[in-house]
Amino acid sequence: MSLTISRTIVNAILEQSRAEYPDECCGVILGPVGSDSPIRLKPMVNAAHSPTFYEFDPKDLLALYREIDDRDEEIVVIYHSHTETEAYPSRTDIAYAGEPGAHYVLVSTRKEIAPATEFRSYRIIDGVVTEESVDITD
Amino acid sequence: MSIEVRIPTILRPYTKDQKTVSAEGATLSAVISHLDSQYAGIGERLLENGSLRRFINVYINDEDVRFLGGLEAPVKAGDSVTILPAVAGG
Repeated sequence: MSLTISRTIVNAILEQSRAEYPDECCGVILGPVGSDSPIRLKPMVNAAHSPTFYEFDPKDLLALYREIDDRDEEIVVIYHSHTETEAYPSRTDIAYAGEPGAHYVLVSTRKEIAPATEFRSYRIIDGVVTEESVDITD
Repeated sequence: MSIEVRIPTILRPYTKDQKTVSAEGATLSAVISHLDSQYAGIGERLLENGSLRRFINVYINDEDVRFLGGLEAPVKAGDSVTILPAVAGG
């Protein structure tokens, strides 16, 4: 298992995580159905506006699913940032993980490693977290 | 005329991988009961202690049922019910 993703998208997510600090940032990367290719970055509003929680607004969520249905896309990646902790799924992340086909990406902007950043990817299925490798392409 | 219910990926194991199924009922609660009678177990994934689970969003047509009366929200033939897992975490 692995995630292959372009450096442009990785950099854009890291930039978003710094811009929205101290709140968590979130979003999705979409790709054609069945491709497993994260191609179209779509940052989402964190309706919780919180340093410890993120949530897509239910209206935005419905609009997102309608949009990807119309475009024959699927959610390839669901990402969010951890602002003060490791880029590893929290208990809440695991409890909420509702897309068994998606790669769950976490980034961290925690001070201990600044200005470096973490960018890690997981599968979360039936409460089980499995980290996977990330191949960044130029 | 029945009600179209759109099923998210995570619940499709209950519906034999069908993305859209039909159900009947005059309220969301009745629709969920009817769904569960056809696809055993799906009701429990939607409800907890008689309320909609917090991790689940349900819409009637384009409106979040939280603003329509929750489980008592009225549903009529031809309506479309969409179920989506919340995207959230900590």
